[in-house]
Amino acid sequence: MSNIYFTEDHEWILVEGDIGTCGITEFAQEQLGDIVYVELPEAGREVVQNDEIAVVESVKAASELYAPVSGEVIESNDELTDDPAKVNVDAMGDGWFFKIRISAMDELENLMDKAAYDALVAGQS
Amino acid sequence: MNNPPIADEALKTTPLHALQVALGGKMVPFAGYEMAVNFPLGVLGEHKHTRAAAGLFDVSHMGQVRLHGPGRAEALESLLPADVANLAPGAMRYSQLTNDQGGIIDDLMLTNAGDYLYLVVNGANKDGDLAHMQAALPGGITVEHRTEDALLALQGPAAAAVMARLAPGAETLLFMTSRAITVGGLDCYVARSGYTGEDGFEISLPAEQAEELARLLLAQDEVEAIGLGARDSLRLEAGLCLHGHDIDTTITPIEAGLNWSIQKRRRQTGGFPGAAVIQAQLRDGPARKRVGILPEGRAPAREGAVIVDSDGADIGVVTSGGFGPSLGGPLAMGYVHTEHAAADTPVGLVVRGKTLPARVAKMPFVAANYYRG
Repeated sequence: MSNIYFTEDHEWILVEGDIGTCGITEFAQEQLGDIVYVELPEAGREVVQNDEIAVVESVKAASELYAPVSGEVIESNDELTDDPAKVNVDAMGDGWFFKIRISAMDELENLMDKAAYDALVAGQS
Repeated sequence: MNNPPIADEALKTTPLHALQVALGGKMVPFAGYEMAVNFPLGVLGEHKHTRAAAGLFDVSHMGQVRLHGPGRAEALESLLPADVANLAPGAMRYSQLTNDQGGIIDDLMLTNAGDYLYLVVNGANKDGDLAHMQAALPGGITVEHRTEDALLALQGPAAAAVMARLAPGAETLLFMTSRAITVGGLDCYVARSGYTGEDGFEISLPAEQAEELARLLLAQDEVEAIGLGARDSLRLEAGLCLHGHDIDTTITPIEAGLNWSIQKRRRQTGGFPGAAVIQAQLRDGPARKRVGILPEGRAPAREGAVIVDSDGADIGVVTSGGFGPSLGGPLAMGYVHTEHAAADTPVGLVVRGKTLPARVAKMPFVAANYYRG
């Protein structure tokens, strides 16, 4: 049973216990191109699923990240502030954006598994 | 994350469309055309490569127009504020088609090509420009839209060395001059000009030969293909206006700081649409001015961001903004009330509800590197 989920807006959330680590997908970073700025949520912030939670900007454009689930932000990846290009290099790993303590585990049921997300992306690329 | 735009089947293509796709270009809609926003090198890499060596741009979406007929210079002067009559053969000028309020219908490059005047206008505006010129120019002037010509730009400090190799003599052209030159055996019209702030050339030739020339240029070690993304970041660092954003039909050349493009005789005698407004602004100064803006932090401010003064009062708006790869940080241009237009004036930029500190800055943000001999 896989513990990684995806949103239609090209975010991923890796779930371990009640903690989710979130970022943008490989497809998203490729579409955005060179990332030059990220704005991360502060620890302690409470969000509801689909709230705007972070910003990612390429040379050309700004895009928002939406909270994949409801919960409390417990940590942000401050290394991205100084080196936003990490998102291009390793979107699904070192380029993670924030960690969230999930308050409603059942919201994960609204998200896609890898197979469903891969099918979505195959239709967009 | 927002979903990317999906390419529209109805979009037009340039003569280099197939080559752009073959080079791995990420194709997007732009000015009614499907064009590459970037190639595998990416916007940052393409931008830096252009400033370090040479970049090749397909700008065939732009409108190339020839004006024929006796009295064409005087006729064109009735539509724009540049001195056309005294333009030497081969010489070029930057100018703007103005409306009766002094607003900018489009900006353009005009060249005295000897037997005709050669204009390059924005792709997104070319149909309107053509209709405007056909309606407004006297009957003896023929407006010829060169739909079968392509336009390539080779830009960067190594552009002259590349041209010297393929078109000996081209490297002696001075900035803002042009002439017919054979490039790699192909008959071209070559101008020493561009939209990046770098030295470079703009090369017009028949569409059916465009790919051959592009492949020849790309085969040179110094040259990489560059997309629309880097074209925009390069021109923004160079402080150059993008019509529809930094200038439009509601903004005059004086508000935009383009006074230098209006020669003395035209300032004095007028005789172009909106002359009264423009002459009054030249005399009294405009109420608002285009300025460069440097955010103090790392967050870019994009087009539409409100500019506020130290009290938080609305004093203007950002018209272009983003990240400058050569500058290594965010940059913007926009309009502010004239009392806030001096360099180093502290201002705020409202981005996602927060006011970010910034300063008015001199443009260009990155020094120009034109070849003046």
